Amino acid sequence: MTKARDFFGLVFSKPWVRALSALVFVALLGIIFNAEGTFFKWSTHRDMLRQVSVYGMLACGMTLVIITSGIDLSVGSVLGLSAVLFSIATLHLAWPAWLAIAVTLLAGIACGTLSGAMIARFRMQPFVATLAMMVFARGAAKYLSGGQKVSTAVAQADGTYKYVDLPRIFSLIDHRILGDNIAVVALIFLGCVLLCWLLLAKLRWGRYLYATGGNEEAARLSGIPTGAVKLLAYGLSGMFCALAGICQAVQEQQGDPEAGTSYELTAIAMVVIGGTSLSGGRGGILFTLLGVVTIGYLEKILSINAVGEASRLMLTGIIIVAAVLFQKTKKA
Amino acid sequence: MAEPGDRMVDTLLSLRGIRKSFSGVTVLDDVSFDLAAGEVHILAGENGAGKSTLIKIIAGIHTEYEGEMKLNGRPVVIASPHHAAELGISVIHQEMSLVDSMSAVDNLFLGRELAPRGWLDKSSQRVKAGEFCAKLDLDIDLSRPVEDFPLSVKNRIEIAKALAIDAKIIIMDEPTSALSGPEVEKLFRIIAELKKSGCGIIYISHRMDEIYAIADRITVLRDGRTVGTARAKELGEDELVRWMIGRELKAQFPERARADGAGGAKDRIKVEGFSVLKPDAGSHGAKRWLVKDAAFSVKPGEIVGFAGLQGSGNSDLFSGLFGAYGDRAQGKVTLDGAPFRVKSPEHSIRQGMAYLTNDRKGTGLVLGMDIVQNITLASLPAVSPAGWFRQALEREIAARHMGALRIKASSGGQEVGTLSGGNQQKVALAKWLETEPKVMLLDEPTRGVDIGAKHEIYRHMNEWTARGISILLITSEMPELLGLADRIIVLHRGEMTAEFPRETATQEKILRAAMGRIGTSKGRS
Repeated sequence: MTKARDFFGLVFSKPWVRALSALVFVALLGIIFNAEGTFFKWSTHRDMLRQVSVYGMLACGMTLVIITSGIDLSVGSVLGLSAVLFSIATLHLAWPAWLAIAVTLLAGIACGTLSGAMIARFRMQPFVATLAMMVFARGAAKYLSGGQKVSTAVAQADGTYKYVDLPRIFSLIDHRILGDNIAVVALIFLGCVLLCWLLLAKLRWGRYLYATGGNEEAARLSGIPTGAVKLLAYGLSGMFCALAGICQAVQEQQGDPEAGTSYELTAIAMVVIGGTSLSGGRGGILFTLLGVVTIGYLEKILSINAVGEASRLMLTGIIIVAAVLFQKTKKA
Repeated sequence: MAEPGDRMVDTLLSLRGIRKSFSGVTVLDDVSFDLAAGEVHILAGENGAGKSTLIKIIAGIHTEYEGEMKLNGRPVVIASPHHAAELGISVIHQEMSLVDSMSAVDNLFLGRELAPRGWLDKSSQRVKAGEFCAKLDLDIDLSRPVEDFPLSVKNRIEIAKALAIDAKIIIMDEPTSALSGPEVEKLFRIIAELKKSGCGIIYISHRMDEIYAIADRITVLRDGRTVGTARAKELGEDELVRWMIGRELKAQFPERARADGAGGAKDRIKVEGFSVLKPDAGSHGAKRWLVKDAAFSVKPGEIVGFAGLQGSGNSDLFSGLFGAYGDRAQGKVTLDGAPFRVKSPEHSIRQGMAYLTNDRKGTGLVLGMDIVQNITLASLPAVSPAGWFRQALEREIAARHMGALRIKASSGGQEVGTLSGGNQQKVALAKWLETEPKVMLLDEPTRGVDIGAKHEIYRHMNEWTARGISILLITSEMPELLGLADRIIVLHRGEMTAEFPRETATQEKILRAAMGRIGTSKGRS
């Protein structure tokens, strides 16, 4: 009897079991409310992964930042800015795809690094610094786009519109490969996860991230360049935002300056449901992957059951609280 | 005027047979203490003698204890700091207990706002605050937040706060630790005024000058017991020091094979004119430095002990040397004959320095990480060539240290936060050993560690010095200092007051120097 309890105690003390149990709970919901078998179709799962990928990329960067015990509120805005930049470069300026992608990525990295510099160099609170970046990047997106969606209809000097063809890069990304089984966007997301996993589990700088978040002063006194560590975390977060922005633009076939509004909250929710603690120093990218998929399934199940948006939002809120409470109580 | 301490003088506060223990460890044992109206009663004792605990009992912070407390002759049980304030007991803390962002007026009335029917009566608060400050010769804009004022003013605002509650018993815990000479004079004048108005003052100080300048009576605590109470006039300095020490030194330290010929060897580290500035240096009225003009040298394989009481600046000296304070630390440092620039911890580690801080939980370890990760934390480049971890190598290194230091844990994967204090300390030591240092700065290496682990750490220190590592050691335990160090340097309020070779060092001499008496045998041997 006690042995069984010890066993359960041990199993549930493992963070990944806790992260997994939220997913299992949501999957059970799906099995019960399967919408006449829709939940059991492969396409449902495939589409879920595609739909959640853009959020997932943001959650990757958010995980890195949260591990350093920071927060990045600017991810949604930087996504919007990147979508606009990419669309202008490809649709209006007709730049080659590689150049447009490179410039967009650099812009994202610049935004993140700037936030990081404000935090590391001027000791601003991450919340404040990234809040400022959130507002600024949204403004920049609107400025560059003139407040209009950047689409294939390009305004000419004489006031008429000329329609340009969608460059090939759009269809390349917004399409499914491997026998129609996986979306390119989903692959990009999984690539981001892999990158983060390599960094966090295999590279020295990953350890620096954990140490800085776990005890910044101890890390500093151990010779870890904590300032550079923060620059890296926020810079990478910016890069993932840019990738997400490109994917978003491709899927919408336009650059919407309003794209990504309030995405930061979803990204944070995904990280938290995965079990990465907001106090920093703990967690990992695979937990975030679980969190991303959990939220993805939740949304999918609610939408195949035709639950309205109002109830969907309320339910999501409840699930977040439940997941976090569950992780807290099992911590002892 | 009646002599304070005479029988006819009112006894304000009387403590009898006070006992207090924390999780099984007795910190106060049968302590008795009296405070008379109109006296300054010095509470003296070494670090850890139990002074703070006693103060906290009087201030209502510790409410569980044995023994009897009488206030104005009547038994009293103080339930909370708020209750203590209502009874007219006020504590002026070492670390100021003001809310920095609030105005002086708001601070004076914090928790006792003049607020009939819930509405703040700001104008009467201002008028009353003005009166208190006038008494203290404090001419400041009371509506400004207290963070705008220098320490000396804050100090007087604290005293004004005591006046505001009409305190009869005022406890001052090292109130001068951050003050400059003239400011101290001012404080003493205020204390004299307070005495005249019938207040009793309990005063904790580590400065010999100060003690004899203002004391009426002195009570000495040692290892949680009252050694005695005497009139200041009748208790000479020598006697005071003897009261504070009064312990037998036991031979409990492993004999050390001294790296001899050390006399002729070159200096491992040499420090000249080394000062550490305060972060807020510049605010007038306060001391501008934490350490001033330190000069010493350490040879390979030597242990040099740094002694001092609270506020001595020893830890700041170490932090400064290690580069933790950046360019706030200035001076000439030579490492193995080559000039060493104090820059950053990163730089110092590369140059062969290691710094075990005195707060392993706060600044030493990353508690959420496991043993392996903590041990390699300061030498990560070595276990991750080109940035990629070689995990087998990392585990191997950790296993080696866990074996050598006998770290008890289920595995290297155990989180450090779940280890016992002694094992945590060994992990912190292992972290620094792995950097293969030439100089180790050890600040309280045996703090909060049980006896067994203490001895192991002593033994290891001997091994390290045998390997030629130089150790700079801070410890507040006198026996440890005398048992381990080859030489002992004493700091008092940031300045070196003495340096003794092991042979001539005694507890008495060290304590006198730590209380600000310039050491008699400063001559270097």
